[in-house]
Amino acid sequence: MTNATYSIAIQASGIRASIGNTEILHDISLGLPQGRWTSIVGPNGAGKSTLLKVLAGLMPHTGSVKLLGHDLHSLPHRTRAQQLAWLGQNESSGDDLTVWDVALLGRLPHQAWLAAPSPKDFAAVEIALKSTQAWDWRQRSLGQLSGGERQRVLLARALAVQAQVLLMDEPLANLDPPHQADWLGVVRCLLETGVTVVSVLHEISMALHADELVIMAAGRVTHQGACAHAATHRALEAVFDHRLSIHPLAGQWVALPN
Amino acid sequence: MTLRSLSFLVWSLILLSLAMTVLGVCVGSAGFENLIGPLLHPDLDPAATAMAQQIVGEIRLPRTLGAWTAGALLGLAGAVAQGLFRNPLADPYLLGSASGASLGVALALAALGGGAGMLGGSMMNGGVAVSVFSGSVLVRLGLTGAAFIGAVLAVLLTLALSKGVQHTLRLLLAGVVVGVVLGAATQLVLLFSPDSLQAMQAFMLGSTAFVGWAACALMAGVWLLCVSAGGLLGRVLDGLSLGEATAHSLGLPLGSLRIALVGVLALATGTAVAQTGLIAFVGLAAPHLVRSVIKTTHGRLMLLASLMGGALLMAADTLARWLIAPQELPVGVLTAVLGGGYLLWLMHRNSRGFSGGSQ
Repeated sequence: MTNATYSIAIQASGIRASIGNTEILHDISLGLPQGRWTSIVGPNGAGKSTLLKVLAGLMPHTGSVKLLGHDLHSLPHRTRAQQLAWLGQNESSGDDLTVWDVALLGRLPHQAWLAAPSPKDFAAVEIALKSTQAWDWRQRSLGQLSGGERQRVLLARALAVQAQVLLMDEPLANLDPPHQADWLGVVRCLLETGVTVVSVLHEISMALHADELVIMAAGRVTHQGACAHAATHRALEAVFDHRLSIHPLAGQWVALPN
Repeated sequence: MTLRSLSFLVWSLILLSLAMTVLGVCVGSAGFENLIGPLLHPDLDPAATAMAQQIVGEIRLPRTLGAWTAGALLGLAGAVAQGLFRNPLADPYLLGSASGASLGVALALAALGGGAGMLGGSMMNGGVAVSVFSGSVLVRLGLTGAAFIGAVLAVLLTLALSKGVQHTLRLLLAGVVVGVVLGAATQLVLLFSPDSLQAMQAFMLGSTAFVGWAACALMAGVWLLCVSAGGLLGRVLDGLSLGEATAHSLGLPLGSLRIALVGVLALATGTAVAQTGLIAFVGLAAPHLVRSVIKTTHGRLMLLASLMGGALLMAADTLARWLIAPQELPVGVLTAVLGGGYLLWLMHRNSRGFSGGSQ
């Protein structure tokens, strides 16, 4: 399957981005298909997180990014925030806020300035917190939670936006295996409702559950293709120096170290 | 966190403030018993009654309420600073407003020369020197203006050095640099006009002795403005507490909102400092005290820290007048000692384990 069969949710062309004086991304162009799940993988320092930030409009860069056909930087902040939700990694999290308050922040793009949250907002927050099993601790403050619990709350915050496009950087950080499986379930639900999901993942076996894989190395995209294709597997093995290999197991693809 | 504990805290702070107002009106160099008689039986001794009315209406009531409004401004500014810099040890004086106000006062005192010494003397004696006080109203107004202008200019200088408000760390560093440089300039000014040393000391220690009705009304007005602005900007601070990028991804126009927050911070701090001098630790301790009782959003935190700051400074002011009556301590000394002790206790508690779990 190719991009041509799907319309494009995010189209990036000629992206260059620098941190300080070092160029991190060198002339990247790619299109991410709408209603599909794309995983970005690659070794440490390949520029995956930077690319995700550029796609979310959170980083200065050259080149253009189009979100659902509109130029990302000419979109009003609020419209962009309604259409695109972003979950970062290692961001500070407000320890004094309750789980409920944090998830409610995800509704900010939908609330008129100064308006009190509507019943629709409360419903969205409840659905989001329940889908990550964080509903039971909604009264607790974030400072009282473990790393994995906190990650589930932050994921709920991103889900509460109910955006058409969801970008996640290392969403599985600190999650135990059952909650990693739950996360997979959440993503599949989102895909059924037509949401476009983009994730940066280090867990290659999890990444292989996606529809498409974007493989990055040293600030460039080395390969983009369907997860089931042999060419994608070969590119994946190559980018990791053939230190791992992809095998079929119980109807899934798994990455095993050589 | 529940709504019940929230409203409980609000009501207890309001009741505490009301009780402290009554106490504050009673305590002073002319004791409670000397006032209550003439006030209750005005026909016995009209002269004493007039005196008592003057003491209560012109001196104690405005200064007690002034202590509350100044404390409320500092508490609010502390909550804004800690949210804006995402640092629980941030202080309302961080943007250089304190050192700017000091330099302004030092320059004004040096320019005024003789009048300054008189003011210093009266300031140290507090509310006792009624005649000196009324004679120096003009001087006082000049000093207040100088302090405010100094505070505003220092904040603007900090903003210029940090090239705007995009980078909180740069803002913080610029504030420290401005504080050090302006502090040195203040010392230099004082070196060349030793006459102003005493008055300057009174300003540096902080005192509510000179708060009249005008200052009280000004602070109350600014407080209302800042509290409403704080209520509107609370959600921005909540968003920022999840990190810069997340706040940006939520569609918050961070640049202009940060400018508004810095504006609230500078206005609240500048107004309080101009009326009462440098009162230490209220702005730092008030938000912490609130957070040790209740974890809540920044909008509520700002209001609660404000009420807490008001109650704190009012209590400290009453204590300062009562401890060595008929003399009085500068209230800033008292808040520094009490606040320092509180901070030590907080560190001690933190070092023993979880602090976040206190409920």
